[in-house]
Amino acid sequence: MTNISIASEAHLVEAIASATGPLNVEGRGTKRGFGRPAPSRPTLSLAGLAGVTAYEPAELVLDVKPGTTVAEITRLLAERNQELAFEPPDLGPLFGMAPDSGSIGGAIACNLAGPRRFKAGGARDHLLGFSAVSGRGEAFKAGGRVVKNVTGYDLCKLMAGSFGTLAVMTALSIKALPAPEKVRTLLLLGLDRTAAWEAMVKALSSGHEVSGAGFVPASLAPAFGEERLSSGVTVTALRLEGTARSVADRMTALRALLGGRSEELHTANSRTFWKRVGDVQPFAGDNRAVWRISVPPTRGPDIAEIVESIPGADAYFDWGGALAWAAVPNADAKSAEAIRTGVAAGGHATLVRAPDEIRAAVAPFQPLPPSLAALELRIKQQFDPRGILNPGRMWAETG
Amino acid sequence: MTLCMPAADPAVMVRRASIAEALRGLVPPANVITEEETLRAYDSDGLTAYRQPPMIVVLPETTAQVSAILKYCAREGIKVVPRGSGTGLSGGALPLADGITLGLGKFKRILEIDYPNRCIRAQPGVTNLALTQAVQHAGFYYAPDPSSQIACSIGGNVAENSGGVHCLKYGVTSNNILGLEAVLIDGTVVTIGGKHLDAGGYDLLGVMTGSEGLLAVITEVTVRILPKPTAAKALLLGFPSNEAAGICVSAVIAGGIIPAGMEMMDRPAIHAVENFVHAGYPLDVEAILIVELDGPPSEVEELIARVAALAREAGACYCRISANEAERLAFWSGRKNAFPAAGRISPDYYCMDGTIPRGALAKVLARIREMETRFGLSVANVFHAGDGNLHPLILYDANKPGELARAEAFGAEILKLCVEVGGVLTGEHGVGVEKRDLMPAMFNDIDLAQQQRLKCAFDPEGLLNPGKVFPTLHRCAELGRMHVHGGKTAFAGLPRF
Repeated sequence: MTNISIASEAHLVEAIASATGPLNVEGRGTKRGFGRPAPSRPTLSLAGLAGVTAYEPAELVLDVKPGTTVAEITRLLAERNQELAFEPPDLGPLFGMAPDSGSIGGAIACNLAGPRRFKAGGARDHLLGFSAVSGRGEAFKAGGRVVKNVTGYDLCKLMAGSFGTLAVMTALSIKALPAPEKVRTLLLLGLDRTAAWEAMVKALSSGHEVSGAGFVPASLAPAFGEERLSSGVTVTALRLEGTARSVADRMTALRALLGGRSEELHTANSRTFWKRVGDVQPFAGDNRAVWRISVPPTRGPDIAEIVESIPGADAYFDWGGALAWAAVPNADAKSAEAIRTGVAAGGHATLVRAPDEIRAAVAPFQPLPPSLAALELRIKQQFDPRGILNPGRMWAETG
Repeated sequence: MTLCMPAADPAVMVRRASIAEALRGLVPPANVITEEETLRAYDSDGLTAYRQPPMIVVLPETTAQVSAILKYCAREGIKVVPRGSGTGLSGGALPLADGITLGLGKFKRILEIDYPNRCIRAQPGVTNLALTQAVQHAGFYYAPDPSSQIACSIGGNVAENSGGVHCLKYGVTSNNILGLEAVLIDGTVVTIGGKHLDAGGYDLLGVMTGSEGLLAVITEVTVRILPKPTAAKALLLGFPSNEAAGICVSAVIAGGIIPAGMEMMDRPAIHAVENFVHAGYPLDVEAILIVELDGPPSEVEELIARVAALAREAGACYCRISANEAERLAFWSGRKNAFPAAGRISPDYYCMDGTIPRGALAKVLARIREMETRFGLSVANVFHAGDGNLHPLILYDANKPGELARAEAFGAEILKLCVEVGGVLTGEHGVGVEKRDLMPAMFNDIDLAQQQRLKCAFDPEGLLNPGKVFPTLHRCAELGRMHVHGGKTAFAGLPRF
C-alpha cells in the first residue's frame, strides 16, 4: 500500500483534505503493532517531518517535529544535563524493531511513560503545546510553550493517548527538566508479595522522595541481567535520585526504615535496571502476548495472583505496584477475561503485544462503559467527521 | 461595562416561576432560591467588576439531583452556570439573567481517605485547604495551593485547573488528580479514572480539568496526596534591578534546580507589603525573590547554598536564609498578603494573570513601566517567577470616572504583550469572561473552532456556561459545516509556534 511520507504541514493538510478513505497514521512505525490491527491502507508517515526546531534549556522547553527520534532528543538534552522526565519507554524492541528508533510523536500519541510516572507525570503532563492537522484537513494549534497555561481547553491532554485518531501533530512543544545528578537503587531481596507491597507503600509514604518502585518475582529476576539478581529470589526495587549527598543520606534512611536483606545499585547500573523495567525488556525476546495493567497500587498483589493462575504467565510491577507488565503464552479470550475481571473494580488492562488475529478478537484497549464510549465517539466525530485518521485503531465501533 | 453576554431569552425568563416550581420537585424546596435579596449574593464571583443576578439558584445535595436538574434543563433548553465557592478571578461563574446558577456548595464531604493508595476522594465543595488539613496529621498534603485555598473548592480548582505557589515543582491541578465523577448536560453520570493512573481511552480527565464549567458538572474528585517534604527552607534575595532578579531566576532553573517555589515582587509591591505586614523585606532594592527549597534536609542545605551563590553572581545585594520555620513563614507572609496590601494603597486593584517565558521577565516589566505613563495608572508586580506567571496588580479607583475602563485597557495590553513575547493570556485564573475577547490574540478562527467543536461533543445545544471562554458563540451545526480546504486557509503559510 502507498506510503505517503509527509514533508510539511501544508503537505499533510493536502493529504488529509484530499483523502477519499481511511488512512493509517504513524510516526516511525515502531509501535505499529500496538492497538487494534490496521487494515492495509495508505499510510501517512511522519518519519520525514523530523528535527528539533528550538531548545531553550533555561526555559525548560524544546520544540520538535513529530518524526524526531526520542533517542536524538535524549542525547541533545543530556548535553545540558536535562531529560524528558516522563522517561518515554523505548518499546521498539518489544515489537521486534531496532532500539532507539521510536519517534517523539509516537511516544506522545501513545501516552507512554516510564517508572517515574507516579512522581513526574506521564507523556500527557509534558506536552505543553502542539500544532496539528485534524481529520477535517484543518491545521490548528493549542496550548503554548510555557508550563502555566489555562488558555482554552487543554487539548494537549486529549492528543496524548489518542493514537492518531483525532489529529496528526506537526509540531510539539515539550517540557524538559533537569536530570538527576546521581541515582541509587535499593534492592530488597526475597520479600514475599505482601511484604514487598508493604515496603513499597512505606517507602512511597515516606519523605525520602522515592522516584521508582517495582517488584520482580523470582522467576523474572534473571531477566533483569544483574548477577546478584539471579539467585532465585524476589526483588523489590526502590529508586532515589538527586544530588550525591542527598541520595546517600536518603539511602541510609530508607535502609533503616525498611531493614532486611538488600543490595544497592549505583548510578549507571540503576539507569540500566530502570530502563529495562520501563522498556519491558524482559519480554522483548519472547513471543508471549504482553499486557499492561494499571490499577490502584494496593490492588497489585491481586493482579499478580490472577497472572500466576494462567499457566506459563509472568508479571513484574512498576509504579509502586500500580502497573503490571504481564506476559501470557496464549492471549485467548479466557486469559483476557481473567485479567479484565481483575481490573473491574478500578483500573484498565491493555493488550499491548499479540498477533494481529488476537488483537482483532480481544479488544486491546479496556472496553469503556457505554456512556463514555458514546462520548469518545462524539469527540472523534468532531475532530475527524469523515473517519479518515486511524479509524478502528482504538475501538472497533469508531471505524 | 463593555462585556457582551449572550442575549437573555425572554421566553425562558417569563417561565421563571414554573421553572422554580419544577426544580423544587427535584431538590429539597428550600434549596431553590428565587428571592431577589438572596440571589444578589450570587451575582458575581471574585471578578466583581461584572455583576448579574441569576434567574434562579439551585443547590443540589446529591449526584442524582444534579443529574435530574441537568436533564430537566437540557429538555427545557435552560442555560446552566455551575458554581463552586465563587472565588474565581475571571468571571467563570458570572450568572446569566436567563440561566440557573447550579451551586455545589452542599457537596462538602470528604468521602474517603486512602493512605496506602495515597489519595482522597472528595465532593467538589470541599475547600482546597480542607484536603490538606484532613491528612496532615498523617504526614501528607495536597500539593496545589492557590492563594485562595482557605475558601476555594476542589471542584472549582478542577474547573479552572488552578495552580499556586508550589506548582513549579509539584504541578498544577491536572497533574494532581486521579479521578472524577461528572454529570453531562443530558444527565448522564460518568466516572473517569479512579485511584489508578492513565484511565484508558481519550484523556477525558485531562480535558475536563480547566474546562471552566463548559463541558460537565463535577460531582466528585479523587486527588493524589504526597508525603510532606521532610525539610523546607527559603531565601529572601534583594536585587538592584528587575533585570538582575530575572537573570537569577533563569540561572537557578538553568542550573538544574527546581525550587518548590520562586516568587518575585517589584519595588511598589515590596513597599506596599512591608508597610502592611512588616515581613522584614529590604526597602532599598528594586526587586526581591523568595526562593523555597524543600525535600530531604541535606539536599535542601546543598541547594540553598547553590542558589545563594547563583544570586550573588546575578548581582543580589541582599541575601537572607531562613534560620527557622518562623522566619520562613515570615518571608511568605509578605508574599501571601500582597493582594490585601495592594488593597490598602489603592481603593481598587485589578489582578492580571499572564504567563511569559522566564527570560522575558525584565523586558516585560520594563514595557509595563512604559504603559503606566501611557495609561496614567501604576502597577505593583507580584509573580510566580519560577514558571513565568505574572500577576501585575493595576491600581485604580473605581469612583473616578474612566479609571476602571483604563485599568481594563491596560490589563488587555499587558496580556497581549505576554502573547507577543511567547507566553499566554492566562496562567491559572482562567479565561472566563475576563479574557474571552482577547482569545483571538492567541488563537485564530480555526484554532477556536476546533476547541468549540470539543464542546459540541459534550454539550451540543451550548447550555452549559455559555458566554464564557469563547469570543463568538457558534451553533454546533454551523461549526460542523465550517470547513477550510487544504492550501486555502488564510494562514497556510504562517509558521505555527
